[in-house]
Amino acid sequence: MKSSRFWSYAAFFGGLLYFIIPLIGMFEFSLRKRRGAYSLDAYTSVLTDSQFQQTFLYSLVMALVAILIGVFLVVPTAYWVRLRLPKLRPVVEFITLLPLVIPPVVIAFGYIRLFNTSSMIPFLGSEFGTDVLLACGYVVLALPYMYRAVDTGLRAIDILTLTEAAQGLGAGWAVIIFRVILPNVLVAVLSGAFLTFAIVIGEYVISALLDRPAFGPYLVWIGSNKAYEPSALAVMTFAITWGCMALIQVITRFSKHTRTPI
Amino acid sequence: MNWLGIVPFAIFALLFLLLPTLNIVLGAFRTGQGAATFDNILNLAQPRIATAFWVSIKLSFASAVIGCLIGFILATAVALGGLPRWLRQSTLTFSGVASNFAGVPLSFAFIATLGRVGILTIVLREGFGINLYGLGFNLLSFWGLVLVYLYFQIPLMILIITPALDGLRREWREAAEILGASGFQYWRRVALPILWPSTLGTMALLFANSFGAIATAVALTGSQLSIAPIVLFNQIRGDVLQDPQLGYAIAFGMIVVTGITNLIYIVMRVRSERWLK
Repeated sequence: MKSSRFWSYAAFFGGLLYFIIPLIGMFEFSLRKRRGAYSLDAYTSVLTDSQFQQTFLYSLVMALVAILIGVFLVVPTAYWVRLRLPKLRPVVEFITLLPLVIPPVVIAFGYIRLFNTSSMIPFLGSEFGTDVLLACGYVVLALPYMYRAVDTGLRAIDILTLTEAAQGLGAGWAVIIFRVILPNVLVAVLSGAFLTFAIVIGEYVISALLDRPAFGPYLVWIGSNKAYEPSALAVMTFAITWGCMALIQVITRFSKHTRTPI
Repeated sequence: MNWLGIVPFAIFALLFLLLPTLNIVLGAFRTGQGAATFDNILNLAQPRIATAFWVSIKLSFASAVIGCLIGFILATAVALGGLPRWLRQSTLTFSGVASNFAGVPLSFAFIATLGRVGILTIVLREGFGINLYGLGFNLLSFWGLVLVYLYFQIPLMILIITPALDGLRREWREAAEILGASGFQYWRRVALPILWPSTLGTMALLFANSFGAIATAVALTGSQLSIAPIVLFNQIRGDVLQDPQLGYAIAFGMIVVTGITNLIYIVMRVRSERWLK
């Protein structure tokens, strides 16, 4: 058993090296902007860049919109399928998994062809329409994760009893879904939301092809035009991703805590 | 009236997922004027595009297989190797972060580390006398890209396979040992056949994951690398192939590749599950 533990540690530290060196690399590189001394110059340069502020804000808003649409779309659907249409579950699940099969570049291509200015639904005819389309594209990208998170959350609660109890007290469907079901799967919804956020904030392909000023295209642009700023941005993006995942962990743990019997 | 509840989702899925995809698939079999044709598909055979697909497939395959293998070893070490519990938890948390740390920032991290002036390149050259680029290493090459892709492939494998490893019951190992099995025999005859479906499934997922990935490669190589998604990306942006219909065919080809991958996964899983009963 001892030798197997040795090999486990060996494998673990090997993996650790591979995963930690690029992080050290990007961090060290981001500090090198000033010649001969470590400094935060690259960070100040990025943070004061108005392009950065605009694109980041744009992607931030996009992420929030995508999360809202996603929640309003997925929670009622997953609930309804579990409650009334269990036969359709495989079909709905298959559809929600399709974005893992169809590459984002193909989806974006489809949007350009289907929603161009001369089509029946010309989303791409106006800036606002394109933004709506982009937000919906983000919902599609996040759909597999969002749906699975919510569906797993629903499995853990007794939706039939909750529904009948709410109906017995005179609640309508909207009240049932948003005041009874949603609070009960809030943890799952939040995990899905943070994951959506992490996906959207650095997304490149769809926003580049729809030609919107998002953070992803800005990253690529700065990557080919600046030396040290990209690393500073990478460090910041890593911190954001880390923050999202940490929040998922925290809320999951928090919810487990409240469920333990006193 | 039950079906009414699913209408919003159905409309959304049709509008933003199914119809756009269908449009592309149909476009692959049409001429510019709308008549049915197979020419677009046949045109995929031209060397420039066939090579792009082949490189993409090799790239995805290499990163999926290596990612699976290393991810499996790491997950086994952390889940079953007798490491302290907090190490396991931190590994899973980190995997969650790293599997989402893809795209443009990831390529920045690797350029800062293994690029020509990256820290590791310099440390190895100045400190150990190893000139990576002199030895033929290049981050902007096929294997360089595999190295970068592994950064999100391995964690994804760890995340998916760890629950499966947890599902291996201690009784199975004990039963095998009582019957005189060695550690190797236990893995070969008991554990691996049980884990086979999830391993294959994950491999298919990893394959599709890197097959559609663009951002990392674009940020690394500046959209010059000829892999299928980048060729399509450039084609959408400005018809670089001088044949608008060819874009549809490339997109269709990509769906076929990821579709086949997933089909293989389903077939293999059904097969291996037969032995579990």
